[in-house]
Amino acid sequence: MHRDTKGWVFVGPFLAVFTLTFLAPIGYAIYLSLFREQAFFGGNVFVGLDNYAEAIGDSKFWESFLRVLAFLVVQVPVMLILALLAALAIDSARLHGANFFRIVIFLPYAVPGVVAVLMWGFIYGNNFGLAADLNDLLGTTAIQPLSGHWMLPSIANIVTWEFVGYNMLIFYSALRTVPEELYEAAAIDGAGAMRTIRAVKLPALRGAVVIATIFSIIGSFQLFNEPNILRPLAPNVITTYYTPNMYAYNLSFAGQQFNYSATVAIVMGVITAVIAYVVQLRGSREAL
Amino acid sequence: MVSRTSPLRPKRSPLLTGLMLLYLIYTLVPLLWLFLSATKTQGDLLASPGLWFGHRFALFANIRDTLTYDDGIFLRWLGNTLLYVVVGAGGATLLATAAGYGLAKYKFAGRRAVFAVLLGAVAVPGTALAVPTFLMFSNLGLTNTIWAIIIPSLVSPFGLYLMWVYASDAVPHDLLEAARIDGAGEVRIFFTVALRLLAPGIVTVLLFAVVSTWNNYFLPLIMLSKPNLYPLTVGLTQWSNQASGVGAHPIYNLVITGSLLTIVPLVVAFLLLQRFWQSGLAAGGVKQ
Repeated sequence: MHRDTKGWVFVGPFLAVFTLTFLAPIGYAIYLSLFREQAFFGGNVFVGLDNYAEAIGDSKFWESFLRVLAFLVVQVPVMLILALLAALAIDSARLHGANFFRIVIFLPYAVPGVVAVLMWGFIYGNNFGLAADLNDLLGTTAIQPLSGHWMLPSIANIVTWEFVGYNMLIFYSALRTVPEELYEAAAIDGAGAMRTIRAVKLPALRGAVVIATIFSIIGSFQLFNEPNILRPLAPNVITTYYTPNMYAYNLSFAGQQFNYSATVAIVMGVITAVIAYVVQLRGSREAL
Repeated sequence: MVSRTSPLRPKRSPLLTGLMLLYLIYTLVPLLWLFLSATKTQGDLLASPGLWFGHRFALFANIRDTLTYDDGIFLRWLGNTLLYVVVGAGGATLLATAAGYGLAKYKFAGRRAVFAVLLGAVAVPGTALAVPTFLMFSNLGLTNTIWAIIIPSLVSPFGLYLMWVYASDAVPHDLLEAARIDGAGEVRIFFTVALRLLAPGIVTVLLFAVVSTWNNYFLPLIMLSKPNLYPLTVGLTQWSNQASGVGAHPIYNLVITGSLLTIVPLVVAFLLLQRFWQSGLAAGGVKQ
């Protein structure tokens, strides 16, 4: 290590832009959240924590929050388990054409989220979707991915489709760092495939799983693109406050309520940060 | 990479391969649907089965129409996307590489503080920052300019993390000391010695920065209201929204063909560069 200030030459430029695009907006959002636009008299008035009190009693906010929470609780485990199984299968040397599987399963990650949603939106729809084809084939009208009951699972399907491959690759990369000696030792001890997975591979994956879980939780709480792009297809199902992020966005850009929008964004930011922190703590404690 | 040439090599399993094939079909069907749909006329989209060709093979006509519709606005969006990607993702890679190297190889005052601030800020969801960032940029007169997209794209905390871990391993201290004894300055050492050793890490960071910039939707959606500054993602959703509402003028075939054209460059980049980014990810992405 080189003990002086020369490191700042390299870190400085990043930090300058980071300050402008991360720290300053956080500070500005906190500032905004303490004020309220006066409807009749005009001007901004300092209101202390009133906006936060309003958010805590806001049923629209909590409805959107509970929706992403339900989404998170189901979608994230499904996605990560699929990714884990795929990574273990590809790493197992029991698969024909493992490299081919690896690259193809990863491909949806290279598809822009917007395109993925447009594509699935067409597929879900009645006009020329595969859902309609399937209904014709089965002689029913039971498959309605864009209806009220099915919308959240339909969105979960899009997110799963997009990100299983990405998470699979993170897990696969972690598996490749397991030293060969560990496998040899396990084999000498007479461990079978399942035992090797439990005793050698899963422990090696722990760090990667924690990171992937944190990223997935942050992603779920930020859910925006998928419902916002599907909204024109089902305007009665997807409300303007379908997710917290859509709520914050619509408060700003349709309602001009910038102060309250900033408050909602901060509340979600704090909740996300706390949960991410707890997951990280739990994950690293178990690793000890 | 760990070699798997031991005599313990397990037998290939047709059952496992079959199960993985099921997942592969799930991955590929939407992409196949997109390709087939891009070959159809608007009439055939409605009249023919989703997973087969239409009466007329209209791919080339569709591509021509997509590129020329509305005075060739699609090409303009493609050019904008390329500009945002080259400057934004290129700059992000440069900043992350320099900063990661600086953090890994210099022990300067304030290094721990930098670490704490980065970790804390990264836990804040990016989209929670979008509204305050918009308001701040609006006050600075930056909205509806290319800088509103480029400046936030320059910061990649994930890239910084990856480069930090990668540089710790890939650049030996002895080599830096030797260069210093030869009288080379720190910046020169970075460009002549370190950059070459960091190449696989840089390719990985660059590719992921390219994906996130190419796929960026939320930021341009709020920052830009002039269609001639849009990237492909926002432009495509605007085309898609033309299909609903009052005076609807659906151009489904252009939305679908445009989506296909948006995917192709990234998929090609991933396939061509896979050897580099996969080794970079394996070496840097999994140490916790």
